[in-house]
Amino acid sequence: MGKKSLAAPYIVWMAGFIVIPLLFVFYYGLTDKSGAFTLENLAAIASPEKVSALLRSLKLSVLSTAICLLLAYPLAMILKGLHVKKGSFVVFLFILPMWMNFLLRTMAWQTLLDRNGVINNVLAFFHLPGINIINTQAAIVFGMVYNFLPFMVLPIYNVLIKIGDDTVEAARDLGADGVQTFFRVIFPLSMPGIVSGITMVFVPALTTFVISDLLGGGMVLLIGNVIEQEFTFTANWNLGSGLSLVLMVFILISMVLFAKYDKDGEGAAV
Amino acid sequence: MKKRWMAAAVAAALVFGLFGCGGEKKESKGQVKIFNWGEYIDEEVIELFEEETGIEVVYDTFETNEAMYPIIEAGGVSYDAICPSDYMIEKLIANDLLAEINFDNIPNVKYISEGIMEGSRTFDPENKYSVPYTFGTLGILYNTALIDDEIDSWEALWNEEYEGNILMYNSPRDLFVAPLEILGYSINTTDEAELLEAQELLLKQKPLLQRYVMDQIKDSMISGSASIAMCYSGEVLQLQGANQDLKYVVPKEGSNYFIDSWVIPANAENKENAEAWIDFLNRPDIALKNFEYITYSTPNTGAQELMDEELLKNPAVFPGEDVLSKCEVFHSLGAEGDELFNKLWLQLRDAQ
Repeated sequence: MGKKSLAAPYIVWMAGFIVIPLLFVFYYGLTDKSGAFTLENLAAIASPEKVSALLRSLKLSVLSTAICLLLAYPLAMILKGLHVKKGSFVVFLFILPMWMNFLLRTMAWQTLLDRNGVINNVLAFFHLPGINIINTQAAIVFGMVYNFLPFMVLPIYNVLIKIGDDTVEAARDLGADGVQTFFRVIFPLSMPGIVSGITMVFVPALTTFVISDLLGGGMVLLIGNVIEQEFTFTANWNLGSGLSLVLMVFILISMVLFAKYDKDGEGAAV
Repeated sequence: MKKRWMAAAVAAALVFGLFGCGGEKKESKGQVKIFNWGEYIDEEVIELFEEETGIEVVYDTFETNEAMYPIIEAGGVSYDAICPSDYMIEKLIANDLLAEINFDNIPNVKYISEGIMEGSRTFDPENKYSVPYTFGTLGILYNTALIDDEIDSWEALWNEEYEGNILMYNSPRDLFVAPLEILGYSINTTDEAELLEAQELLLKQKPLLQRYVMDQIKDSMISGSASIAMCYSGEVLQLQGANQDLKYVVPKEGSNYFIDSWVIPANAENKENAEAWIDFLNRPDIALKNFEYITYSTPNTGAQELMDEELLKNPAVFPGEDVLSKCEVFHSLGAEGDELFNKLWLQLRDAQ
């Protein structure tokens, strides 16, 4: 009883900032402006420009999730190999940029990647060809990978360090070589971390509108931008909420697909 | 179980308590409550007003017309003077939210240029509800160090020579001004066929653009990473201060021009003080001081007489009657109009 009452602030928190807002989204999403029940806001996703924005969002977020995974896994393996103190120092370095505001960091990349920006000036100084990716899909993927990579590294690292050296040694004793040990022991054991990392990168990447505005220069339409416009320009909260509900379905599907790998919730350690 | 609910109740009481405690100061006679755009006054002017009249100023700011409107409509807070833009004043008048101004208390209104008073009549037909504060135009800003041509038409933004160096506004109403003016249609049209033609032009233009932006126009134009952009005149003096090669022009086809005016809400508690405030702002020396701080054009002819010749020649500061006569004020398009613009804008952004 005494211990349970300690949970009260969290219950208030969750009710106030998660459950109630979510109920609002459902309410607005399933009603029209006069408050009558309707499914039109959900059906609105079928218009061609919204479908295409959704598909583009899915493509870019899957791509950046895959890149994050390819970058993060080897890094987590290296971190695991390091001495504990060194390892945690590198992890600390990884978290350090997150002390700065996400918007500021993204805006900084806007300046760095600009055609007359810092990177191109440095390249020009060495007579190297410049990079011209700003305001394209490539810049958006870059921004997603940059911003969300820590969310992939940390869960994988957390799972990997829990795999004891004795497990690996046992595999070796039983005749497995390095490659076999990795694919048959380490990789399957790290699955919960991978799943949790994928979810934590995929979900924000799918819904972002800031990265596409700043690094895509407003030239690339993502589903997040469509929803944002409904709230900021037409003030149509009903339609914006309806589209958000559709997006939630996609997120739920991706989570269900992965959930069976993460039964113990071990990876959810961040 | 009871305890848990107690804790929740205490937390809730704390949260609501925070809201409950604000405000409720005793009304004194000498007060005026002002609701203005952020960064839209020289704060010394507020102090001067308090010193000279003994009226205490309570000053709040808003970010956009759309954010201001529901606050006035709800009527929970009463302001004595607010400063919205043209189309929003139109909406406030239509919904009976404004009081008629007693111009006997505002003798300085005589300084306001006749042209702007006439422009005001498009949203305040009898000049009964509003006193113009600032105005400006939408035009083209270009870098004369990078562009040799003399630019005078919206079509310059479709010139293939500038490919990759063109910036357009990231807000549908402003963006559509350029193609609608080229086509010779009203910038307030809600005719779908006309708007589709305008969208067609914008679709052709998209491959030539560097990007769609709002405030980043400033950085890009100052640094020279873009050479030509749509721009509101109010920003120009500041930009020219940072890069002298920048030149501003209102295209010959015409454009949008806006007027931000002082109005008095119907539920104002200190109407006479509000009129004293508006009169004070229209005293030529005060209007000039304010202009120097906010750099949006002032309609005050008294202030204009005190300005340098150089400033008066700058088309960004004073477009002149011949230019203004070609320009149109935005009108509120209603929910349907807004949704049509939004759809066309999303389709445009979706195109690759």
